[in-house]
Amino acid sequence: MNIVVLMKQVPDTEGDRKLNPADNTLDRNAVDPVINYIDEFAIEEGLQLKEAHGGEVTILTVGPERATESIRKALSMGADKGVHVSDEALHGSDAIQTATVIAKALGTVEWDVVVAGSEATDSRMSVVPALVAEILGVPQLSLARKVTIEGPTVTIERVTDSGYASVQGQTPAVISVVEKINEPRYPSFKGIMAAKSKPIATLALADLSLDAGEVGVANAWSAVSSFENAPPRAAGQTIKDEGDGGVKIADFLASKKLV
Amino acid sequence: MSEVLVLVDAVDGKVKKSTLELLTAARSLGEPAAVVLGPAGVAGPLNAALAEYGAAKVYVVENDDLDGYVVAPKAEALSVVAAQASPAAILLSSTSENKEIAARLAYRIGSGILTDAVGVDAEGATQSIFGGGVTVVSKVVKGASVITVRPNSIAPVPASGAATEVKVDVTISDAAKGAKITESVVEAKGSRPQLSDASVVVSGGRGIGAPENFKVIEELADTLGAAVGASRAVVDAGWADHKMQVGQTGVTVSPQLYIAVGISGAIQHRAGMQTAKTIVAINKDADAPIFELADFGVVGDLFTVAPQLAEEIRKRKA
Repeated sequence: MNIVVLMKQVPDTEGDRKLNPADNTLDRNAVDPVINYIDEFAIEEGLQLKEAHGGEVTILTVGPERATESIRKALSMGADKGVHVSDEALHGSDAIQTATVIAKALGTVEWDVVVAGSEATDSRMSVVPALVAEILGVPQLSLARKVTIEGPTVTIERVTDSGYASVQGQTPAVISVVEKINEPRYPSFKGIMAAKSKPIATLALADLSLDAGEVGVANAWSAVSSFENAPPRAAGQTIKDEGDGGVKIADFLASKKLV
Repeated sequence: MSEVLVLVDAVDGKVKKSTLELLTAARSLGEPAAVVLGPAGVAGPLNAALAEYGAAKVYVVENDDLDGYVVAPKAEALSVVAAQASPAAILLSSTSENKEIAARLAYRIGSGILTDAVGVDAEGATQSIFGGGVTVVSKVVKGASVITVRPNSIAPVPASGAATEVKVDVTISDAAKGAKITESVVEAKGSRPQLSDASVVVSGGRGIGAPENFKVIEELADTLGAAVGASRAVVDAGWADHKMQVGQTGVTVSPQLYIAVGISGAIQHRAGMQTAKTIVAINKDADAPIFELADFGVVGDLFTVAPQLAEEIRKRKA
């Protein structure tokens, strides 16, 4: 069974993330880039599915040149090869454009399931897996906290507000996984060495029969009109508990009509 | 005036407060029209509340296929309603399921999508990004605006509407039935509100010291009718379910009141709660960063302050 893991390179959430005032897009140079945290769980799930069912794990990334570093890291965890869609024209693409590119790129690889993280820590929209399923017309098995595959049948436990739903679909299918579904492995020294010689196919828009006019910030379906750094939340009053701290909080809540 | 569609969320035959918030916001963009999707008979009990909050029309798609599959049938039904109504905008509450519906809908009808708005007006949507560090105004530049709005962002205000029912017949395609729900399991404990749209949230952090002490958090939450959250440290330690995690990864909440108990306020946690209207913190460390955003903070032992607060609230309610 062949697996494609969708991986996004994002600015480290520990850094001071910024938008670039020139075109109101993410400033990818402001903070060191890392593999999107939740995608580490997607990579691990892909590797576990391969261990159980055989086949190959391909890492698919749409992102600037530097995203190769993150693909190499995923390969050092044990993935077999990478596909990197990289093109200047993609800069500032929105979620729908990006999903369109991913759907096209999936046409260059043999796969039975696509595994994605449920959300990226930069945009936090949590929509790309649903969009890829919609565009390709395949089952959307999203927000999985457990994945089981038997033959062509994929069963997941989908996280819901009140618990979970068992959901079933047939391959080919798009799966998204939530944080904590597994314990992502660390690359071994052997894995790091092996990753250096694993293949990464770099594709430009032309390789996917996509036109520059369909992607990028100038053609996006949604756009940031303006932004400002939020003023730091003004700290209110902090008191030391003198034995009546709970009562003081109740007084404060009452003054705000919150109780 | 163009219509503005609002997808109705309801539980046990009652319209959710988050939907009333959207109907309120919709008035500033056009003529509010509610959309009810569900099995036969779902719309009837909801009509009065929708009228009370200004819905001029209520589009009703009743089809048993709408609930049995993951989101695609709902996106398909909404796209049919959108084709009929030619709305200026389509608003949904920002839940994980609704964001998926919104995305598929937007693609189908050739519209841009914005998620997690904390405000909506004619200029577009206001969003709080990078863990609350940056506020952006965004707009959809292609098609009708599909926008998901965070619960508790807008105060619901009643306004009378005709709520004229418009039945729309939709046949769900086989392609939309690819992900079949075979079983739904309720795991939530008791009757606490759900974290993502609760108006009051009480969260516990590492300061609680041991998993059995989490009951201090739960007891305080129950006196306030609040949802219970947890910091990542507590979830990582296995003291609380991942579903309760508030933060950069996990759930983002914007309640009227957020009470952080024994939470230091690491950036990862702040990212999930700093758009709360009022923040109260209890922590024994006076230097904890949570106090930098708290409207009211108490430096003290949570095991005395939190129960005292719970007791005081019970007294004042009595």
